[in-house]
Amino acid sequence: MSRKLRVVIAKPGLDGHDRGAKVIARALRDAGMEVIYTGLRQTPEQIVSAALQEDADVIGLSILSGAHNHIAPRLMALLREKGLDDVLVVIGGIIPDVDIPKLKELGVSGIFLPGTPMQEIIDFINANARERTGPPGASEPAVTTARKGVPGR
Amino acid sequence: MKAAVESEEQRWERETLGPATRQSPERAASFTTISGRPIDRLYTPLDLAGLDPARDVGEPGAYPYTRGIHPTGYRGKLWTMRQFAGFGAPEDTNARYKRLLGAGGTGLSVAFDLPTLMGRDPDHELSLGEVGKCGVNVTSLADMEALFDGIALGDISTSMTINSPAAMIFAMYLVVAERQGASWATLSGTIQNDILKEFIAQKEYIYPPRPSMRIITDIFAFCAKEVPRWNTISVSGYHIREAGSTALQELAFTLRDGIEYVQWGVDAGLEVDEFVPRISFFFNAHSDFFEEIAKYRAARRLWARSMRERFGAKSERAWKLRFHSQTAGVSLTAQQPYNNVVRTALQALSAVLGGTNSLHTNSLDEALALPTAEAATLALRTQQIIAHESGVANAVDPLGGSYFVERLTKDMEDEALAYFEQIDRLGGMVDAIEQGFPQREIAESAYRFQQAVERKEKVIVGVNDFVQRDDPPIAILYIDDSTAEKQLRKAEALRKARDNDRVARALDALRSAARGTANVMPPILEAVRAYATLGEMCDALRDVWGEYEEVPSI
Repeated sequence: MSRKLRVVIAKPGLDGHDRGAKVIARALRDAGMEVIYTGLRQTPEQIVSAALQEDADVIGLSILSGAHNHIAPRLMALLREKGLDDVLVVIGGIIPDVDIPKLKELGVSGIFLPGTPMQEIIDFINANARERTGPPGASEPAVTTARKGVPGR
Repeated sequence: MKAAVESEEQRWERETLGPATRQSPERAASFTTISGRPIDRLYTPLDLAGLDPARDVGEPGAYPYTRGIHPTGYRGKLWTMRQFAGFGAPEDTNARYKRLLGAGGTGLSVAFDLPTLMGRDPDHELSLGEVGKCGVNVTSLADMEALFDGIALGDISTSMTINSPAAMIFAMYLVVAERQGASWATLSGTIQNDILKEFIAQKEYIYPPRPSMRIITDIFAFCAKEVPRWNTISVSGYHIREAGSTALQELAFTLRDGIEYVQWGVDAGLEVDEFVPRISFFFNAHSDFFEEIAKYRAARRLWARSMRERFGAKSERAWKLRFHSQTAGVSLTAQQPYNNVVRTALQALSAVLGGTNSLHTNSLDEALALPTAEAATLALRTQQIIAHESGVANAVDPLGGSYFVERLTKDMEDEALAYFEQIDRLGGMVDAIEQGFPQREIAESAYRFQQAVERKEKVIVGVNDFVQRDDPPIAILYIDDSTAEKQLRKAEALRKARDNDRVARALDALRSAARGTANVMPPILEAVRAYATLGEMCDALRDVWGEYEEVPSI
């Protein structure tokens, strides 16, 4: 019996524009996933720690500021270090075309640019996230929040 | 008279409208603005019920300023064409400013990068990958000197989009002006300095709300004495709207923020008629043409009445709401980017018809990157075409008296007042923010709009309709990491060259002012003169006040 997908939505870097992150978090929740929103200004270390503690299947990063070329390599390296290679990583935001191949090479699976329908992101995650198994009804769709990687505070 | 209009309208509905809609039905069962506000088919004199033309609309240049703050509208002076710009190192941005001024721009507007906005030096962990990306990096007075090199600060007006570290950046500007030989008394310009909308929408806060408000009242008091022509705050709805609010929420939260600042100023012992005239506003020029125009007209009326009735202001200058506007960044599409030129032109036109005092027009490539010089020039040309070719600047408030526009203006005013009451009941805006009220309202509206787009109830040309598969890419401005390296090297060299004992003493004096009640501006000015970095000054206040962290919620 498959369990609900668990998604950590994070905003790394100094940028505070959280409209996209929040809208996507709600859309994924409404699509039946469990969503953990980390809040603003998370370092790659904090995001990986949240993913570990939350047993996340997916990490979604919202980056608009141009810092993706620095954040993504660190995040992907940390995930490998912690044995979280099978966590699906997707980025939404403003990413210049020339940077997309580099991010894909690093292992970022999905890159969603401005104007992407929410449904397209939901479908992508459903199709590409790892299979989860667990007791039926183990979790209801819910949104929790994590701060500094500590869940539920 | 009224009965005659009524029966005329009924007759029209029966004899003209009825047959017409039976033959060809309307496109939809209901029509709404981009904010979801229902719009009737037709507005008639009946829609002016409850509106007193003399009391509510009045004359241009006269209370309550619904028709504008200048008796001659734009016939005397056009709006200031102020293009927001900043990227890379100060030297890069300095060249862009000279180009904009050379192309006929009439004011400067500084965009800072995220490390500067957050009061972090380029070598801080969180600055990684952010230096010079979204704006210009300013680490110390040396950078401010480079930013305005060859630009006489006594002759231009400068707007600076800076909030949490506004006091420090403003102090740097003052010292540069002083060294150019310009008197502070003659300087004109604006610092955004609006921390409430940071907590509500843009989220570039450093300190908790209450000490943040104290810095702002210190700036009000300092400027009233030392820099009397400076606009000490630009109370901003722009970011509230970009975060997903409706037009009404933008209006209501921004004006209520303005009231909050005035209340804090009054509580700090300042005179309303002295500091309120230096408060200015900043609105978003979004896509729903008439709703936007009504928003600006309602804003002027609400402010005039709030200042006179709520605070007893006697000075006309305290009643007049002056505002900057910027076309809606969030409306720009990465798809078919040339369409953005048209969107921006229409949005700019609504701001002009609404009586904006200054205007920034976005560039066509800004859904993709910071604008290229060519795109920024085209955006400025858009304003010049509106100003000089369209003829809309010839008559004052040309839409005044329109049944539709006056009705919308009145409705938005009334609904904003209802929001004011709700926020007053929560204890004021600082309390409302601490309770997450405006943040939740905006998040709700943002999600509702996205769902409407997804269902195609709202059409975005080139995105969810009229999609083009063979959309050719356009050239964009790509900012590499050389700025970060350059700024890091400069900061290192600065720390070696300056008098570090003087810096330490200045930062101690700043901490001490923050712990007590002395105005923080004088110690900040001394720290700036000693070439303390922005990060060091902001850290000194972090030592005293700590940092704010919002409870994340969606």
